[in-house]
Amino acid sequence: MEAPMRKAVHRSSGQSVENQRLSIGQMIKNNMRSSSMVIALILIMLLFQVLTGGILLRPLNITNLILQNSYILVLAVGMMLVIITGHIDLSVGSVAAFVGALAGILMVQHHASVWLTMLICLLLGALIGAWQGFWVAYVKIPSFIVTLAGMLLFRGLTMVILEGQSIAPFPKTFQNMSSGFLPDVFHGGEIHLFTIVIGVAASLLFIVLEWRKRNSQKKYGFAVNPAPMFALKLAAIAAVIMIFTYILATYEGIPTILVILAALIIAYSFVANRTVVGRHIYAIGGNEKAAQLSGIKTKRVTFWVFVNMGVLAALSGLIFAARLNAATPKAGNLFELDAIAACFIGGASAYGGVGTIGGAIIGGLVMGVMNNGMSLLGLGIDWQQAIKGLVLLIAVAFDIYNKNKAS
Amino acid sequence: MSEFILEMRGITKQFPGVKALDNVNLKVREGEIHALCGENGAGKSTLMKVLSGVYPYGTYDGEILFKGDVCRFKDIKQSEQLGIVIIHQELALIPYLSIAENIFLGNERAKKGIINWNETIAQTKKLLQKVGLDESPHTPVGQLGVGKQQLVEIAKALAKEVKLLILDEPTAALNEDDSENLLNLLLELKKQGLSAIIISHKLNEIAKVADSITILRDGKTIETLDMKHDEVTEDRIIRGMVGRDLTNRYPTRTPKIGEIIFEVKNWTVYHPVYSERKVIDDVNLSIRRGEIVGIAGLMGAGRTELAMSIFGRSYGKKISGEIWKNGVKIDVSDVSKAIANGIAYVTEDRKGNGLILIEDIRKNITLSRLGKISNHFVVDENQEIVQSERFRDQFKIKTPSVFQKVEALSGGNQQKVVLSKWIFAEPDILILDEPTRGIDVGAKYEIYTIIQQLADEGKGILMISSELPEILGMCDRIYVMSEGRITGEVSREDATQEKLMRLMTKTAIQEGA
Repeated sequence: MEAPMRKAVHRSSGQSVENQRLSIGQMIKNNMRSSSMVIALILIMLLFQVLTGGILLRPLNITNLILQNSYILVLAVGMMLVIITGHIDLSVGSVAAFVGALAGILMVQHHASVWLTMLICLLLGALIGAWQGFWVAYVKIPSFIVTLAGMLLFRGLTMVILEGQSIAPFPKTFQNMSSGFLPDVFHGGEIHLFTIVIGVAASLLFIVLEWRKRNSQKKYGFAVNPAPMFALKLAAIAAVIMIFTYILATYEGIPTILVILAALIIAYSFVANRTVVGRHIYAIGGNEKAAQLSGIKTKRVTFWVFVNMGVLAALSGLIFAARLNAATPKAGNLFELDAIAACFIGGASAYGGVGTIGGAIIGGLVMGVMNNGMSLLGLGIDWQQAIKGLVLLIAVAFDIYNKNKAS
Repeated sequence: MSEFILEMRGITKQFPGVKALDNVNLKVREGEIHALCGENGAGKSTLMKVLSGVYPYGTYDGEILFKGDVCRFKDIKQSEQLGIVIIHQELALIPYLSIAENIFLGNERAKKGIINWNETIAQTKKLLQKVGLDESPHTPVGQLGVGKQQLVEIAKALAKEVKLLILDEPTAALNEDDSENLLNLLLELKKQGLSAIIISHKLNEIAKVADSITILRDGKTIETLDMKHDEVTEDRIIRGMVGRDLTNRYPTRTPKIGEIIFEVKNWTVYHPVYSERKVIDDVNLSIRRGEIVGIAGLMGAGRTELAMSIFGRSYGKKISGEIWKNGVKIDVSDVSKAIANGIAYVTEDRKGNGLILIEDIRKNITLSRLGKISNHFVVDENQEIVQSERFRDQFKIKTPSVFQKVEALSGGNQQKVVLSKWIFAEPDILILDEPTRGIDVGAKYEIYTIIQQLADEGKGILMISSELPEILGMCDRIYVMSEGRITGEVSREDATQEKLMRLMTKTAIQEGA
């Protein structure tokens, strides 16, 4: 995930962009919002690493963390776009359950092929998204109400088509989507060599992309980070990637689901930051009236944001069903709240117009690490829930405090 | 007791950077209807806010005497206790509550917090009879027309045992019958001993009800006229309202006017909610290349509604008429089509409708035409920075960089960002709605210069303004609107403030008479 590069913008400094130099302090200040959550995430991880006596960062547990949180992260990506447009989607948990149930019926009861089933399920997700998007965007019913109705509707339909029963087991290929690993084509023995290769490749790719970006900015005569700092930043991020892949390599390697997640995060970050439609989404959330008077088709964009949410909810439902190896009526319960909490912890504004895909992922990980850490400590689900509630409140209070201080 | 129910002496009210009221005096006799006249922004509403305690004692200089006693109101509640009640232009009724509930809102007939509904209903019936409104006290206010809602407001004031009633533009939203009705009610209440201050732009109405008139201009009292003793004509009032010295506040230019490039034909628009109300009535106008065309009119004349309905039907219902550009009829049925056809609209409400305040300058500038700096729907951010930096230099937007959030800019700089945004879209026709509202004098001059440059580049400019000097100083030709119709077209040479004001206050009633 690439945080949008912000040049130093301080009212007091009367310099133009060309001769601005960035100090580390200024950069941290500018990125206070997003970086503060990264720092919080690191602190939380260190805290639980100590409290659990080193279990948290063990290869097995890191792998588990990814597998456990994948379906929430997928939802959080879609939810972030919904929240940026100034809406909310309460139905995603029920939609995920409904889609999972359909997958069970098609694959287990009708022996449909895995790929065909997944295609049908994603289309169903799109259709459900279109249904809700229609009411929100064109009929102008508040999204809270439309999706609250959807939450009840699709939960009910899940129970109807499952007749209250669970369906299991799924074919192995389907299960592999959320519990499989990339095969080690190099047969490294103890260490999963292919994973290391991918880590190196990812680091190199990152360095090349950053390098090209910097050169292009130079060509335009913009201020760039001084070379030593740039190198330091590249080295630090490459190191993180390498350490992370090394940890995975000492266990089973890269989970299949991580590949899907990485693809989603990169693709959606790109759409949000770099494309015209991304700009339109932010503009609608920032000021719908102004966006409309700028020629943006606000209704159409809002509609498609909901269609997209439907597809991602369907994907999340498939991942969850595959992981559980069953389609159950209770699947996806409270997923919507976890996804929404992830977005707000990750810096989204409840008024719309603000938020990043990266933030949603960080927020989701904060929640995930806390769940995982507290479970390792043997804390009951009751306390876990209470503590998560407080964390959400504190995160948003911190956000508002920061904003008031800034203005 | 003096003969005056109200005396305001030497009222001065200062806002950051502006003196809204400068040593204003107002004296209202017991039992008279006193009219307060002045252009938009002359300080009428500010004066009434000082009187009613919206601006509490201590935030202004001068003194207020009510029935001979000095008053120092901390809030509206205190002024209302003495019987000073203000009815604002935007009615303060709650549509879902009944007439009775609205009338006694905040003034409930209650003992120990428990409302006596029988008492409430009985008193409401009496009040409704007094104001001549034949409706059940249980009817929700939202079901009433604006005229009847206005009567409910008056009943509400009477329930507070009003001594001095202040009406701010009471007939602005009313049709002729309702206006007539309201004015007659005022005269009737006067007979029963009520004193009133009426703020109105409609000079014929003032002539009908007022006993005396105080004219404000630029925050100063110009004069107080007695309708019975002084020779008061509409010309006399208009002269008082506009007679200021015109210094050289506008850049000079020699217009290079070409052929007609834009025409609006038989344009009629109805109100989006009250769909039987015509807001724009058969408007025809044209703009030529390189020409700055002004639209003058008072508040509520339909100027913004005209502009927004042309710009992609952003306002109104049942729109009929045609838009032509360069001799061809064009489709402006939504905003993106209007933009594609080379029309731009700089809104009156810069913060509410024009800008995305939480975004930075560059994203605001490129928003209406992102395609220009995109490849296959991917925005070239480097190009974006270069292009928006160009506007920052050209228009001297005072900010360290284009990454500054727009909300941190001053009004003048925000307006430059809005102008940049629309110039970036490369329009042929720019509609500017109050382009200098809320902007200080220096920035105004810069905005005027930009507007003239655009005209000289061959664009057609349609400029809406409430400030007559601005219209006279900037425009090559002026249309005047009143009550949704064009009441006149005046060339630069023939235009005087008096002439425009007469057309601006020309109503359908007068024409019929």
